[in-house]
Amino acid sequence: MSVVPTRYRRTSRDRVLVTPEGISVPVTVASRGSRVGALMLDFLVILVLMGLTTWGLIEIAGGLTGIDRNLEQKNALGHALQFLVIVWLVAMFLFRNAYFLFFELGPRGATPGKRIAGIRIAARDGGRLTADMVIARNLLRDIELFLPIVFILQAGAQSGMGWLTATGWLAIFLLMPLFNRDALRAGDMIAGTWVLERPRQKLEAAMSLARAPAARHEDEVALDAGAAPARRTYRFEEAELAVYGEYELQALERVLRDDRAQSLESVYETIARKIDRNDGWNDERAFLEDYYTELRARLEAGMRMGRRKADKFSGSQE
Amino acid sequence: MNAATLPSGTGRSDTGLPDSVSAIESAALRSDRFRLEREADWQRLEAIVTSMEKGRLRRLSDEDLLALPGLYRTVASSLSIARETSLDAATLAYLEALVQRAWFVVYGPRSSLWDWLRGFLGGGWSAAVRAIWLDILVALAVMVAGTAVGWLLVAHDVDWYHALVGGDMAGGRVPGATREALRHTLFGDSGRNGMSLFATQLFSNNSQVSILAFALGFAFGIPSLLLLVHNMAMLGAMLWLYHGAGLLTDFAGWLAVHGTTELFAIMLAGAAGLHIGRSLAFPGNRPVLQATAEAGRRAALVMTGVVLMLIVAALLEGFARQLVDQTFGRFAIGGFMLAAWCAYFFAFRGNRGKVRAA
Repeated sequence: MSVVPTRYRRTSRDRVLVTPEGISVPVTVASRGSRVGALMLDFLVILVLMGLTTWGLIEIAGGLTGIDRNLEQKNALGHALQFLVIVWLVAMFLFRNAYFLFFELGPRGATPGKRIAGIRIAARDGGRLTADMVIARNLLRDIELFLPIVFILQAGAQSGMGWLTATGWLAIFLLMPLFNRDALRAGDMIAGTWVLERPRQKLEAAMSLARAPAARHEDEVALDAGAAPARRTYRFEEAELAVYGEYELQALERVLRDDRAQSLESVYETIARKIDRNDGWNDERAFLEDYYTELRARLEAGMRMGRRKADKFSGSQE
Repeated sequence: MNAATLPSGTGRSDTGLPDSVSAIESAALRSDRFRLEREADWQRLEAIVTSMEKGRLRRLSDEDLLALPGLYRTVASSLSIARETSLDAATLAYLEALVQRAWFVVYGPRSSLWDWLRGFLGGGWSAAVRAIWLDILVALAVMVAGTAVGWLLVAHDVDWYHALVGGDMAGGRVPGATREALRHTLFGDSGRNGMSLFATQLFSNNSQVSILAFALGFAFGIPSLLLLVHNMAMLGAMLWLYHGAGLLTDFAGWLAVHGTTELFAIMLAGAAGLHIGRSLAFPGNRPVLQATAEAGRRAALVMTGVVLMLIVAALLEGFARQLVDQTFGRFAIGGFMLAAWCAYFFAFRGNRGKVRAA
């Protein structure tokens, strides 16, 4: 049995993670684009916070003029201003270093930017995400990001080979996520973390139970074709069910969920031709629903006996 | 609760029950019955997880919080069973997503920053420092060698001094300066203003430098060592300068006040960087990524401590050095700090060390 049997492999970013209970859970590694976006948002937030703090402190200090003159004075005003400058320095240090720590240590494991981008960090080994990991991951942000950016901005007339070498060297760190499959940055490697997408999946009604919408749909059909208002039930022979496997069952489930008349019709035609039946004409949905239910019942019964049929090509091992 | 013991109460719950029971019984497929029987648990878990994801931890009742781990395991086992018995893709996709979300919450960062700090100071930090002893020895050797190299280079050719000690760093401390001028750089600052400001700036600068030393360890630790050598060569050159003026003891005292703490911190930062670099280059039997991750977590603990040490160093540098204006007092403070750090790191075995060893 393959590890991602239930979901169609949508992207190359799907991975399987094994929880400490031994359950394998399919996860999706966050795309590089969403991570860059999250980072930009976080920087924006940090810049706004820094700006607001600076502005607020300047307001408290009473305007920029005279600050440097009063700062050196040995009176109460000088001390108060010194205190404000210390507050400012500490605040800048914290914004730069503690912002990511604070949010990623929370139960959500994501900074505001990551939350908006729908991603979060997790431990790569499937275990607990510890504070050590979060700290290690964020300590490296300096060399990965701030340093290369500073170097690149320093490019100028006098930038020679030295600048080029340093920038090239630092660019390796900056571009690290591009060079590995899981988009790990250097900090992720050090910490043993990775960034995953947060799944959002609503529990949808089981197709084999959903009779109410089917009835509604049938009424419409009835109006069109003038068929009998009572829902017909279809029975299928063993041989008629044996032609398809799990893959086709899931494809059928998707078609039924999408509920588009055109695809229902073409799927009905395919199935009807394959099993050589034509009694569901103009009643495609009911026909397909019954076929789905019986096919699922048959395949699940096989599963319980340890027989699985992956798709229509695999022979039923009987 | 009370209603359940009364006849009328049971009657009411009876009217509620047959409905869902009949729904389960009428379901054609066994896997649908499985789902209907467990759906309530799944949805309860989803509600808990959703409110935790939204940061509404306080609004959750205690029962819900206590039920969370159990529900998580229930749903995880539901997923295992469903994978073997059900072909309902929607249910499976839902369960997979739900287990993943619950896993995020259940195995998320559990300790609050405060709890973590307590464990960290109460033994986690010193245990991490002891765990990288080999790298600390290497860093120490490199630092001693760097100092010696700085001294010897400058003693050999004075021009090296300007190469090693940058212009803005040197200030008045240049070869050829008078003894008085050099003495003035060591003493007589006690009346200076803005010391607290100076200390904060020092801390901010030093901590960024040591974070850099750590982060550079990623390149197999070599840049970390180079950084150590460079900084210590600068120190060696200055030592030579003051030695020439006969002020070596006074300079050592001036440095010792905060230097024992600061140099210790820089050594730890270099050692932490080296530790990562070493595990990257020589991972042993483990996969490289795993070895790096283990080393990285240990080194991160050390580094957090380094930042704390630098705060202490900056306070000492900003206040104690300016206020204590004589060499003996400075040595006393510096020596005491060194002894205190050594005792804390190598003699103190906190609670957490025991837990880890057990």
